[in-house]
Amino acid sequence: MHRTWAIVERELRRFRRSPMLIVMSMIFPLLQLVVLGYAFGGNVKHLKLAVVDQDHGVPAVRIRELAGAVASGARTLDLVEYADPGRAMTDLRNGTVNGVLTIPPDFSRRTLTDNQPRVALISDNTDTFVSATLGATVNSLVAVFNAPVTVDRVASAAVLDVVEVYPYVPYIQYLLPGSITMSVFMMVMIGGGIIFIDDKARGLHEGYLVTPITKLELVAGFNISGTIKAVLAGAVITVIGSLIAGVTNPLDPLRMMRMMVVITLTAFALISLMFLLMVRVTDPLLPRAIFGVLNTVLYFPSGAVYPQAGFPGWMQVIAAVDPFTYSVHAFKSLLLKNTGFEAIAFDVLFLVVFSTVAMTAATLLFKRTL
Amino acid sequence: MPDAIDVRDIVKTFGDFTAVDHISFAVKAGEIFGLLGPNGAGKSTLIRMMVTLLPPTSGTALVNGFDVARQADEVRRSIGVIPQAMTSDLELSVQENLLIFAKLYGVPRDTRTRLIHDLLEAVELLQWADKPVKNLSGGMRRRVEIARGLVHEPRVFFLDEPTTGLDPVSRTAVWKMLQRIKSQRDLTVLITTHYMDEADKLCDRIAIVDHGHLVALDTPRALKASIPGRSPDSVTLDEVFVHYTGRDLRDALQEPSAADSPFVMRR
Repeated sequence: MHRTWAIVERELRRFRRSPMLIVMSMIFPLLQLVVLGYAFGGNVKHLKLAVVDQDHGVPAVRIRELAGAVASGARTLDLVEYADPGRAMTDLRNGTVNGVLTIPPDFSRRTLTDNQPRVALISDNTDTFVSATLGATVNSLVAVFNAPVTVDRVASAAVLDVVEVYPYVPYIQYLLPGSITMSVFMMVMIGGGIIFIDDKARGLHEGYLVTPITKLELVAGFNISGTIKAVLAGAVITVIGSLIAGVTNPLDPLRMMRMMVVITLTAFALISLMFLLMVRVTDPLLPRAIFGVLNTVLYFPSGAVYPQAGFPGWMQVIAAVDPFTYSVHAFKSLLLKNTGFEAIAFDVLFLVVFSTVAMTAATLLFKRTL
Repeated sequence: MPDAIDVRDIVKTFGDFTAVDHISFAVKAGEIFGLLGPNGAGKSTLIRMMVTLLPPTSGTALVNGFDVARQADEVRRSIGVIPQAMTSDLELSVQENLLIFAKLYGVPRDTRTRLIHDLLEAVELLQWADKPVKNLSGGMRRRVEIARGLVHEPRVFFLDEPTTGLDPVSRTAVWKMLQRIKSQRDLTVLITTHYMDEADKLCDRIAIVDHGHLVALDTPRALKASIPGRSPDSVTLDEVFVHYTGRDLRDALQEPSAADSPFVMRR
C-alpha cells in the first residue's frame, strides 16, 4: 500500500504546483452555471404582439384592455396596433412581431348573442418557447374575458389549489447540481485522464513499471489521487455555486457533510470510468478528442438541465447507466430539498457499484508491460 | 561467482517483425557491459526484456539469478533502470523525484534521507536538491535520473542510451560520473549506446547488435584486434562496426529503424 501512497503523493505534489490546472477546471462549470442559469432561468418578457381589431365593439375593446393589462403588469407582451391584417402578417413573417392577435369583425355581435365568438392568435412557431408563452398568455387572457361578471357566493365549479412543498427554486439553483458534477468531471478529465496519457506518452510510466509496484497499487494510486483532486474541485464549486445561486443556508454543516460523501463517490466513479476508457490509450490526442463527446453523453442525459421524463426512450437508457444521473439526483435532493441519506440511498449504491465495477475492469485491462 | 545477467536464445517479435533474433550473452558481476548498435538494431527491445518491460517471445533471461518472465518482481527489486526518455517529473524538485522512487521501492524511512543525500553528492547535484527538475539542463536531468535509478541500491544498473541528446561536455560529465559511481559500489552496469567513443571508454566488454542479431562480443581491445591486418591501437570501434556489419554506423543511423515501426511506441 505504501507504493500506492507514493503515487498519490507524487500526483498531489504536481497538482499543487499547477495553479492554472486548478483554476481552469473550476472556471468552466462556474461560467456554465452563471450563463445558463441566467439565460434560461428568467421568464419570457416583452414579446411583440400585433393586435388587429377589425371589430371595434365593446367586447373587442375589453379584449384589448385585458391584453394591455398583461403588457403593463407582467410585461410579457408589448402591444402593437395594426389596422391592416396583411401588414401584420408580413411583419410576423419578417420577425418584427412574435404573434398576431386578430379580433374579427363579427366578434362583438357573436359575443352579445352567445354565438361562438372567436379571436385568432397567429404565432411564429419556429421558436417553440415564444410560441408556447404567447399561447398560454392569450389563453389566460381569454379565460378572464369569459369569466362571469357576477360570482356565486358559494362556487359550484371545482378549483385546483397548488401547494409547493419547497420555496421557489430559480433555474440557476436547478442547474447547480449539474455544475458540481461537471466540476468533478472536468478535474477528472484534465487532472486525471489527460495528465495520465501525457505522462504515458512522455515515458513517465516506464519509470513506474520497472519498480515492484503491482497493477492494483498503480491503478489505485492514480484513482485515489484523481479522486482527491476532483473532490477539491467539487467542494469549491459547491460553496461558490451555492452562494451565487442563492441556496438557503449554504454552509449547513450536516448538509455539507452529506454533500462531501456524494462528491467523493462521484469523483471516484468518474475517475474509475475515465481510467477504464483510457487504460489502453497511448495517443495524447484521444482524451482531448473524446472530452467533448463524453461531456455531451454524460451531462445532458443526466437531467442536469432538463427533466429526464421528457427524453425519448433511447436517451432514457443512456440516462439509466450514466453516473451523472445519480450524482445530479443526489445533489438535487441534498441542495434543493435538504434531505438525508435515505432519499439518496439508491444513488449512493449505484455510484459505489459503478466505481467498483469500473475500477476492477480498469485494473484487469491495465498492462503491466509496454 | 554467477553471472549478473544471463540471456539465452532470446527472441522478441512484433507481428511479422523480429526485433531481437535468438540473442545469447552473459554479463559478469561487476562488469560494465555495452550493447552497441544503431537505432533500430534491437538494443532497446533487448534491454526492455531484461528489465521486465517487455515479455520475451521465446528464450530466457536471468537477472541476478531471477527469471524475467517468471520472477519479474524479484528482478525489479534488484535492478535500477534509466529509460531512454527523460522520465523525471519536471514539476517536482530533484530531491522529491528521488524520494518518490525511494518510496516506490520501499526503501526504509530511516535510510532514505542518507541515501538520497549520498546519491545527490555522487552526481554533484546536492546544491540543486530543492530546485524543480524543469530548471535543470539536459545533462543535469540525466544525472538526476541516474541518481533516481540507484536510490534503492540495485545490484544491476541498466542504462538505455543515457547520453543521447546531450552535448559533448554533458556526455563526458555523465561518463565520468558513471565511472566514479561504479568504482564506489558493487554494481554491474549494462549500457546501450550508439556512441563508439562512449562504449570504448566505459565498457569492459561490448556486444555489437545489428538488425536484431548479436554480431560480435568481446572486450574493446579484442574487438579491435579481430580486424585482420591492423594493429589494435590503430583501429577505432567505428571500423570494428563496419567490419562486423558491413556498413558504417553513421549510415546505419540514417536507415529507417524499428523506431519508425508502429510496433515500438517510443525510443
